[in-house]
Amino acid sequence: MGAKLETVAETGLQFFGKMTASISHEIKNVLAIINENAGLLEDLVHMLDQGAEIEPQRLKNMSRTVMKQVSRADAILKNMNRLAHSVDESIKTIDLNEILELVVSLSHRFAAMRDVSVDPKLGESPMMVRTSPFLLMNLLWLCLDFAMDTAGDDKVVELVTQKTEAGIQVFFKRLGGLAGTPLKPFPAEHEKGLCDLLRAELEVSAENQEIVVTIGEDIDRD
Amino acid sequence: MSEKVLIVDDEKDFLDIIAERIRARGMDVSTTTSAEDAIHMVEEKSYDVIIMDFMMPGMNGFQTLKAIKEKKPEVQIILLTGNVLEENRIEAKKLGALDVIEKPPDLKDLIQKIKKAKKAQRTVRGKKSAKRK
Repeated sequence: MGAKLETVAETGLQFFGKMTASISHEIKNVLAIINENAGLLEDLVHMLDQGAEIEPQRLKNMSRTVMKQVSRADAILKNMNRLAHSVDESIKTIDLNEILELVVSLSHRFAAMRDVSVDPKLGESPMMVRTSPFLLMNLLWLCLDFAMDTAGDDKVVELVTQKTEAGIQVFFKRLGGLAGTPLKPFPAEHEKGLCDLLRAELEVSAENQEIVVTIGEDIDRD
Repeated sequence: MSEKVLIVDDEKDFLDIIAERIRARGMDVSTTTSAEDAIHMVEEKSYDVIIMDFMMPGMNGFQTLKAIKEKKPEVQIILLTGNVLEENRIEAKKLGALDVIEKPPDLKDLIQKIKKAKKAQRTVRGKKSAKRK
């Protein structure tokens, strides 16, 4: 169990590192846009000093762009805050759909880099589970990461959740690439270790082109 | 003659404004939001300098850098990135990038680098034509 815990601790740190690095990259992009707008304003003031005319609409557009980027940064930082607080309590009752939405938001850049779109088809009713929020997010991220690598030709990964007697199931669908040779073994030690700790089950079906994760409604209940 | 610059970045709001600001400084600037398009554009037109975001959808910076350098080894490429890891900077330079700079870039510094890149390109072209002779 010691080696398994070490593997899980390592993958947890890797997950945290990957997400925060991605967040800082996105924030830098936002800053770059705001910085260019500030620079352009300076250029325009210089032109005004030289007698040029500036259309008010131009300034309105720049102001809108800056506001849009501030909202974008706000959303990115809200997600970062939720990720940071996911380790506050080791076991907690959470809405799995909300956690899944957060994982999808945090994965936005990773999906874009692969030209993949992630389509969460989550119902409106909450899917409450008592579990470890951080470990669950880590497991869902590892599944989504693999799913994005094995998306079919349409490059869409569909996410669906459903309640069953065995617990709540998360489906990663439209994985046409599962029929081919995978880039890496899956589930590997990291995923297996997380499943053990979360008392979750993970199935990969090339035939159905999907990964299914089943999570019990209470981590402490048999 | 003005510097011919191609800027490649999928952040349209960044791309349009930085292009406008560099144009205002007398350079001939083209833009695209796609790495694949950039490779086609390089085949069709001659650029002195390409300023390219390192993290682009579809192709990463190394792949695009390699593809462009294979087609036009003399083109000077400056990579832009949110965060630059030292190993990525070294790898990019090994693959022929002139420089790797972090976002947000300082425009004055970037303009200096473009001018320096054009000079470096002239040197490469000069060496090439001397070899042919």
